[in-house]
Amino acid sequence: MRIAIIAAGLAVAAGTASAQGLPQLDPTTYPPQLVWLAISFVLLYLMMSRIALPRVRQVLEDRDRRIDGNLRKAEALKADAEAAAAAYEQAMAAARASAQEVLREARSKAVAEAAARHAELGKKLEGEVAAAEARIAEAKREAIAGIRDVAIEVSSSVVARLMGDGVKPAAVAKAVDQTLKERT
Amino acid sequence: MANPLEQFEITTVVPIRIAGIDASLTNAGVFMLIATAAVTVFMVAAVRPRSGSEVPGRWQAMAELAYEFVAGMVRENVGQEGRRFFPFIFSLFMFILFGNLIGLIPYSFTFTSHIIVTFAMAITVFIGVTLVGVFRHGLRFLGFFVPKGVPVVMYPLLVPIEILSYLSRPVSLSIRLFANMMAGHTMMKVFAGFVVPLGILGGWAPLAVDVALSGFELLVAFLQAYVFTVLTCLYLNDAIHLH
Repeated sequence: MRIAIIAAGLAVAAGTASAQGLPQLDPTTYPPQLVWLAISFVLLYLMMSRIALPRVRQVLEDRDRRIDGNLRKAEALKADAEAAAAAYEQAMAAARASAQEVLREARSKAVAEAAARHAELGKKLEGEVAAAEARIAEAKREAIAGIRDVAIEVSSSVVARLMGDGVKPAAVAKAVDQTLKERT
Repeated sequence: MANPLEQFEITTVVPIRIAGIDASLTNAGVFMLIATAAVTVFMVAAVRPRSGSEVPGRWQAMAELAYEFVAGMVRENVGQEGRRFFPFIFSLFMFILFGNLIGLIPYSFTFTSHIIVTFAMAITVFIGVTLVGVFRHGLRFLGFFVPKGVPVVMYPLLVPIEILSYLSRPVSLSIRLFANMMAGHTMMKVFAGFVVPLGILGGWAPLAVDVALSGFELLVAFLQAYVFTVLTCLYLNDAIHLH
C-alpha cells in the first residue's frame, strides 16, 4: 500500500518533472539549504544537549527518586502498622487470658461460698428439725399427760355412776397409770 | 490544474551572500528554523523541573514520552555506549519528525522532501558513524567488511559487496525519507487539484481521498522519522560493536 502510493507519487512527480524539472534537483538551491540546515540543526543540537534533555532527565530522575522514597516510606509504615497489629493481638490475648483467670477465680469463689452457705443452711435446718422434734415430743408428752387426767376423770365418773360415791381418786389414778403403762 | 511539484519550489526570503556562497534564507531555511524553535519550545517550555507537582501536565507528558521513546530506542539498539550519542539521535529524530509534521500543515514547506537535506543528514550520520568506528577500533574496523564464517577464497567477491553495501547506506537512508515525503505530498496535491474541477458533485471523491491520505501522511511522517533514527542507531551499533 505504502509502496504503491510512493510509486504513484514518484510517477506523477517524474511525469511533471520531465516537463518542468524537479525542484529538488536544482543544484543552485543546495548551498542555502545546506547552510541553514547546518545552522538550525546545530542550534537544535545545542538546545537539546545543553538545556532541554538535562532538564527532562532531571525531572524524570527526581520523580523516580521521589517515587522510590515514597515506596520505601510506605513499606516502613506498613511494617509499623504490622508491628502495632501484632502488639494489639498480643495485648488482646493477654487480656483474654487474664479475663479467663478472673472468671475462673470468681467461679471457684462463688462455688465455695455456695457450698458454705449450703452447709450453714443444712445445719440451721437440722437445728430447726431437732427443735421441732423436741416440740413434738413435748406436745406428745403433754398430750399423753392430758390423756391420763382425762382418763382418771372419765374413769372416776364412770366408777361413781356404777358404784356410787366413795371412790378413792388415788386408786383410780393408780389403775389408770397401770393401764396406760400396759398400753403404751 | 496546479502543478503538484510547485510545493517543492525553493523561494528566497532573505538574500544573503557570504564569501561568494549563496547563503540566502529560503522557505526551506525558514521552516528548518521553525522546526528547531518548535522542538525547543516543546522540550523546554513544557517541562518544569521542581514545579512542585509530581504529576506532569499534558505537554510535559508528551515531552517526557518523546525523551523516553528515543532513549529506549538508543538503549535497545546501541546499548550503554549509546548514551553519549543520545542528544544527537534525539535532535535528529525530533528535527525530522517536526519537519515532516509541520510540512503537513497547508501552505507550509516540507524541507525533508528535499534530497539535498536528507542526504546531508544521512552523510553526516554516515561519516560520524564511520569515525566512531575508526576511533574505537582503529584498523580492526576494516574487519567489519570481512564476512565471518566464509572461506577465504570468497573474500575477493564478498568484501567488495560488503563495502558497496556499506557505502550505499547514506544513499538508501536519504532517498527513503526524501521519496516518502515527496511522493506523499505530490499525491495529496494531485488529488487536491481534482477537487474543484470535478465540481460540487464529483469533487467529494478526491477530497475523501485527501482526507484519508492526510491521516496516512501523519503515520508516514512519524514512521519515516522513526526509520531514519532507528537505522542511525543500528549503524552506530555496528560501528561500536562490529557485530
